[in-house]
Amino acid sequence: MTFGDFTPEAFAFGFFTILTLGGAFGVVGSRNLVRSAVWLMVSLFGIAGFFVLLSAPFLAAVQVLVYIGAIGILITFAIMLTRSMTNLKERFNKQWWLAALAALTAFLLLMVTVIVPTWGEMGAEEIPPTVASTAQLGEAFFSGWGYVLPLEVASLLLTAAMIGAIVIAREDD
Amino acid sequence: MENFDVGTNLLVIIPEIGLTILAVAILFMDSLLPESRRRSIAYLTFFGMGLIAVFPLMLSPDGETYWGGMIRHDMLSQVFKVIVLLAGSITALVASTTSDLGRKGEFYLIMTVSTLGACLLSSAADIIMIFVALETVSIPLYVLAAFNRQDKRSIESGMKYFLFGSFASAVMLYGFSLLYGFSGQTGLQGIADALRAGAVAEPVSLVIAIVLVFVGFAFKISAVPFHFWTPDVYEGAPTPVTAFISVASKAASFAVLLRFFVAVFPEELSVDGQQMQTFWINLVIAASIVSMTVGNVLALVQTNIKRLLAYSSIAQAGYTLLGVAALQGIASEGVDPAAQGVAAVAYYMLMYTFTNLLAFGVVAIFSDATGSETIADLAGLSRRNRWMALAMTIGLLSLAGIPPAAGFIGKFFLFNAAVSANLEWLAIIGVLNAIVGLYYYLVVIKVIYVDRSADDDKPILLTTPAGVMLGITTIAVIILGVIPQPFFNWALESATSLFS
Repeated sequence: MTFGDFTPEAFAFGFFTILTLGGAFGVVGSRNLVRSAVWLMVSLFGIAGFFVLLSAPFLAAVQVLVYIGAIGILITFAIMLTRSMTNLKERFNKQWWLAALAALTAFLLLMVTVIVPTWGEMGAEEIPPTVASTAQLGEAFFSGWGYVLPLEVASLLLTAAMIGAIVIAREDD
Repeated sequence: MENFDVGTNLLVIIPEIGLTILAVAILFMDSLLPESRRRSIAYLTFFGMGLIAVFPLMLSPDGETYWGGMIRHDMLSQVFKVIVLLAGSITALVASTTSDLGRKGEFYLIMTVSTLGACLLSSAADIIMIFVALETVSIPLYVLAAFNRQDKRSIESGMKYFLFGSFASAVMLYGFSLLYGFSGQTGLQGIADALRAGAVAEPVSLVIAIVLVFVGFAFKISAVPFHFWTPDVYEGAPTPVTAFISVASKAASFAVLLRFFVAVFPEELSVDGQQMQTFWINLVIAASIVSMTVGNVLALVQTNIKRLLAYSSIAQAGYTLLGVAALQGIASEGVDPAAQGVAAVAYYMLMYTFTNLLAFGVVAIFSDATGSETIADLAGLSRRNRWMALAMTIGLLSLAGIPPAAGFIGKFFLFNAAVSANLEWLAIIGVLNAIVGLYYYLVVIKVIYVDRSADDDKPILLTTPAGVMLGITTIAVIILGVIPQPFFNWALESATSLFS
């Protein structure tokens, strides 16, 4: 895509970029863990938008369900359960520059190994037809011939794990 | 595709459905009952699981797979379901006698879910089902191990169990993913068929998968060298939890270990001229020898009774692996060593469940009354409560393998299976280890009956549930030891169902 002409796609790309990067800055900039968690979800939502732009609606749905839904909720629960950490404002260590250095290294590494070799116009590639449709996926999950039993057991397990987490982490009354 | 018959499929998982209903009932009782009456939750769990343990016996297993191949409904799963349900039931009774867990409704809820996982694990016939069931057993156990939050040792034990456990799960999952990659199947039968059709040309890649999966199972049954968590977790976790970990999760893991290796790597499978069964049997034999030896030798120097029982449980896992190793035997003259081995493992787990629950039950009552878990403090137990002393003695004799307790006949079946599979030398190592084990079990009995203590005149009172619990387990250990034949025949029937 060239940025010379202002297409709706370019507009959407810019919008999701702002969401992704802005959210990411919010995560590291915020001093409150809950706010950081919410910023993280904003950033992850931006990435889901990129998947839509890349014509990968399934990946976008997975991004929303797994990352924003599951992982976001998980982080929020973890923060809520350790309530003493919810209202922390001060920093505990002065090693932010180390973290920044690590992040920069990872960024440069990705640039050199992934982005630079594939830079430039790319022809659209055909998606191989073996990719399962969402309907097939649902059937595999919920039909009696598929994986419905492990799925249901997993939901029971998650309930028990949630109760267990609350039991272990709750404050004494 | 034929129509999915919901009725028959639901019938097969009746025990699991019963456990789910029980879990929901516990949840409601916990929020509705006042704190003072919550001990009845323990009794509900005890009676509920005891009742559910009857269900598998009423269903007639047909050896078919259900739920799209997720579970196999055969006698082996039936036997192990009964074992884990009885284990859960009695554990609830043990917990009800302790002051810290007796009224915690969440405890029974989480334990019920873990039991459900163990039930499914003993019938799982698909690697996805195996993994989900294994996690359903384990994750609640991590929570239960850390249940006494005031006790630093309990927190430490939960954390250690969690870290070791999730690592072992990850390793096993890697092995499963390799098998899926080779065959494109998740069902055990499907993987076996693909392997037989030559899906893998190089034995090395299968060997890697076998090792990775075996590591996961070896962790669960606490076989050496994946036993490092055992003493610390057993010591730190609340005693009823220790009892449950040592029997239910171990029994279900043995069931799935047998089912997995028998189904996926049977005798006739050779890749590039290499028989795969030889490899994993050798792995089992090696783990058996080091588990027996390390467990027994390290148990000699323990001063804490729970740590002693932890090393004893490592050694017992070693003995049980003898029965698994007997799978290499070839049937001749009407004797099938493989079936004998599987039956011996099932029988051993049945008797070990009662024996260990008995021993840990006494420890739970004792430490709740006195606050001590050291062996030296057991001194004079015979004068403080002779019934507890008698029960503990029978438990220890059973662990040591002395008649008339069930441990003797259990070990006899295991060693017998090993001998009929031409593993005489392995059986001899087992017998030598049993002699080493005899020493430290007898030392504890000596402390209970002979040693004097300053508290000799302070009796320990048994509550009714505690008495019932000790009574049930003691009688079960004696019955299994005196009339083992009907139970062994049941186990033998289950063993043949594994191979059909």
